[in-house]
Amino acid sequence: MKARAAIVLLVVALCGGVAFAAQQVYAPQKSHHTWSDLQRGRYLAQAGDCESCHTAPNGQPWAGGRAVPTPFGIVYSMNITPDQDTGIGAWNSEDFYKAMHEGVDREGKRLYPAFPYPWYTHMTRGDVDAIKAYLDTLKPVHQVNRAPELGWPFSMRSMLAVWDKLYLHADTFTPDPKQSAQWNRGAYLVQGLGHCGACHTSKNFLGAVDRHHPMQGGFAEHVFAPNLGAGQRDGLSGWSEQDIAQYLGTGMNAHATAAGPMAEVVQQSTQHLTQADLKAVAVYIKSLAGPEASGPGAPDSDSMREGEGLYVDDCAGCHMEGGEGIAHAFPPLRESSAIQAAQPQLLIAVILEGARSPTTKAKPSGLTMPAFADKLDDAQVAALTTYIRNTWGNKAAQVSQGDVSKLRKTFATASQ
Amino acid sequence: MARRLPEVEVVLVGFGWTASIIAQELTDAGMEVLALERGGWRDTVPDFSVTHIQDELRYAVRKEIFEQTARQTLTFRNRVDQLALPMRHLGSFNPAAGVGGAGVHWNGQNWRFLPTDFVIRTQTEQRYGKQMIPADMTVQDWGVTYDDLEPYYDKFEYLCGISGQAGNVGGKILPGGNPFEGPRRRGYPLPPLNRCAATELFDKAAKDIGLHPFPAPAANTSKPYVNSLGVQMGQCTYCGFCEWFGCANYSKASPQSTIFPVLLKKPNFSFRTHCAVTRINMDGSGKRATGVTYVDRDGNEFEQPAQMVVLCAFAHHNVHLLLVSKIGMPYDPVSGQGVVGRNYAYQVSSSVNVTCKERLNPFMGAGALGQVVDDFNGDNFDHTGKGFIGGGYIALWNTGGRPILQQYLPKGSPKWGAGWKKAVHDDYLYSTHMQCHGAVMSYRDNYLDLDPTYKDEYGNPLLRLTFDFKGNEHAMSKFLTEQATRIAHAIPNRGIHSKPREGDYSIVPYQTTHNTGGAAMGDDPRTSFVNRFLQSWDVPNLWVMGSSVFPQNAGYNPTGTVGALTFWAADAMRRYLRNPQPLVQV
Repeated sequence: MKARAAIVLLVVALCGGVAFAAQQVYAPQKSHHTWSDLQRGRYLAQAGDCESCHTAPNGQPWAGGRAVPTPFGIVYSMNITPDQDTGIGAWNSEDFYKAMHEGVDREGKRLYPAFPYPWYTHMTRGDVDAIKAYLDTLKPVHQVNRAPELGWPFSMRSMLAVWDKLYLHADTFTPDPKQSAQWNRGAYLVQGLGHCGACHTSKNFLGAVDRHHPMQGGFAEHVFAPNLGAGQRDGLSGWSEQDIAQYLGTGMNAHATAAGPMAEVVQQSTQHLTQADLKAVAVYIKSLAGPEASGPGAPDSDSMREGEGLYVDDCAGCHMEGGEGIAHAFPPLRESSAIQAAQPQLLIAVILEGARSPTTKAKPSGLTMPAFADKLDDAQVAALTTYIRNTWGNKAAQVSQGDVSKLRKTFATASQ
Repeated sequence: MARRLPEVEVVLVGFGWTASIIAQELTDAGMEVLALERGGWRDTVPDFSVTHIQDELRYAVRKEIFEQTARQTLTFRNRVDQLALPMRHLGSFNPAAGVGGAGVHWNGQNWRFLPTDFVIRTQTEQRYGKQMIPADMTVQDWGVTYDDLEPYYDKFEYLCGISGQAGNVGGKILPGGNPFEGPRRRGYPLPPLNRCAATELFDKAAKDIGLHPFPAPAANTSKPYVNSLGVQMGQCTYCGFCEWFGCANYSKASPQSTIFPVLLKKPNFSFRTHCAVTRINMDGSGKRATGVTYVDRDGNEFEQPAQMVVLCAFAHHNVHLLLVSKIGMPYDPVSGQGVVGRNYAYQVSSSVNVTCKERLNPFMGAGALGQVVDDFNGDNFDHTGKGFIGGGYIALWNTGGRPILQQYLPKGSPKWGAGWKKAVHDDYLYSTHMQCHGAVMSYRDNYLDLDPTYKDEYGNPLLRLTFDFKGNEHAMSKFLTEQATRIAHAIPNRGIHSKPREGDYSIVPYQTTHNTGGAAMGDDPRTSFVNRFLQSWDVPNLWVMGSSVFPQNAGYNPTGTVGALTFWAADAMRRYLRNPQPLVQV
């Protein structure tokens, strides 16, 4: 029991302090299998949220097989356990680095960019090696990788060479000497391992991100991942660095609770980041520019009237009549950037499907909002979301019945 | 033939309040704990979701989340010379089935018992003389005192996020609280709930006639709360659907809303649903429990070995399980010998309806939104010449104003049709009622045993309840109802309807689910099944939680005391685990 407590303490110490500092304390050899390297690898693998995608629902951890829907079809994540035949047990660190840095597997086949190598490419070799060293300690699982289900021409892997040529900028992160060390650490995490832009930056028709407008909002599968740049209404100008760190570290702050795909990101990944790294990420995010401010037109008064009635009946009990929510429990809807986002899908999705707040060490409850898909029809959800997006000082574009029905159909298809 | 499963360290029978607390405490102590629940899994979402849980027909009338009598019930008679018959519908009490137990559907009326309640025999004999206790009244001291339990009451209150106004902190009487309560180490974690019109009227009326009203302590959160385990709770919306319903927005304390977010993540805890425990298994010595046998939903029988067995089911079921497992000496009302089934008790309730002059909007409610006087509870008043011992509180609860069962219309109002509609139209918004919540003492011939005729679906004899109100209870209830009527007259009103509880106990109309006793705690193994730590005298690795250990009932809702006793027992279990011996030697 005592030994176990000591190990736990050690892990906490390693994760809680910065991994590099721990390395100095333990003065490891240049080996992939020292304790501190493994712990650093584990920490980095969590920061990269690797396990989420590489574990299928109810599947063996890290053995892949999770369907990742893309606009071009479904890609299945790989088995990254150290199984010799079906995992990456036979890969050496060079093979692994090539996959992370160039998007090419051990056999030389190009990987689909649903695997976020366009971000991981920025990582240092040392960090990538540490992750591989950690992955090598996992339980090997014999599970054959599943082939992607893509329509022509995306099914041709040769296409990927063209894609990489056009869009992959394979280079390791270079610190900006004009910025602080903290900012650079944040930029390294956000642009690299964190691959935040995979969802929060808009993409072109081939799925390549708009490098000139990073983090100004994009699509995460079916829902809009809001702008993380500046913006009084639909950006994070109202959030302090502490707010951002708190949100990523606990799943909620005074402005918002993580919902949709972000709930999983917080639960599996960002809650495990050290305070120093959370702060660095926050400093970097606060430096991001937002999209040009747009002035949405006024919503129609019928929708607002219907929406108000629905809000009082179905929402006000928890989110309160003034939209202020309840501290520590239910998020405010007033002055929320996610609610006033350029696209309304996240709000619609939460109403249709319900939402469970991430369960974290700091906020263990997993408070859950029920699904209203069976109770409210498309027109009602459109009216309700229009009302929520345009009350208590909120201002955002009207939501149409079509927006709702499209998302409802997507969820119905996905659940089949 | 039962399939034998791998042994666990601790098995809990049931998965409601007491099991959740024991599980949380013993897993913290490093033990591997398994809970077996006869009902199904339930959680706030989707089972108690907002806008669908507020369905009175489904939950309050058709009783969806309670025990199903087709599966498990009991037989009843008033006196030993009668033939007991099985209850085929739920009647005067509603035991829960399902994860969270009655912690899901309770109102949240959360009390500490009075210091004198725990030493009732000593207190009564010292103050009034031995003759005050009739020969057939088998009341006894609990073996624990209020001071023993105070830290554990505190622990339960801070787990639940109780809203209330302390009346006695460290011996200092505070204005606005209950001046009769035992001294507490600190105030409640949350301020009292907002009052409604009816409770304001009660407060004024009670003060006008010289009584000491205070807001009832409520396990409904008056503010957002983060509890002692770090679990987040919302704020009560006064929707008026606590009693018989789960809470939709995390504001009524239940195992789900206070413990599960922490407990269910622990690798050394597990639970299984739809597992009805049918036996406690013993080794050849009769001194050691070896585990339990249970039957799953498909009728498969399993043997679950365990190093320690904790009974955490409803009061009746704990006693039933002991009787069918032949553990401890069954109680015999003729000889007065035996302990299992002894000292069963209940509560005696009565009410006074008031049609007020002021409009009340009774639909704004919460399960424990109420104003109370404790002037006539326990031994808070002089019983000399009254002809009874004990007492109860008088409360104006505004649990809700639901459309089917919660209309306290004037006396003589029609029960249906156009006349009823008119009465509802004219009087619903002006009607309220007061409740007298009286203690019931223990008696030689009020007890539990096994029925000789009727069996349950597993082939076990049903539990048989033999119970009636006695002279003490009738006199006490009459007195309480008179006091409530006095308060009612001090409220500006258009009519008062007193409804005393008279005659034999009837198990048919709903009264209260506060059944107690049958596995009493105490200092003497001849009159108690468990010692003061809730450990069996005979079988030291068998423990009994819940109100089945109350030696007699008090004039309060039992959950606060059940919670405190469970934390108290959990502390004792930690000591036991270091040295597994009887914690009290005789």
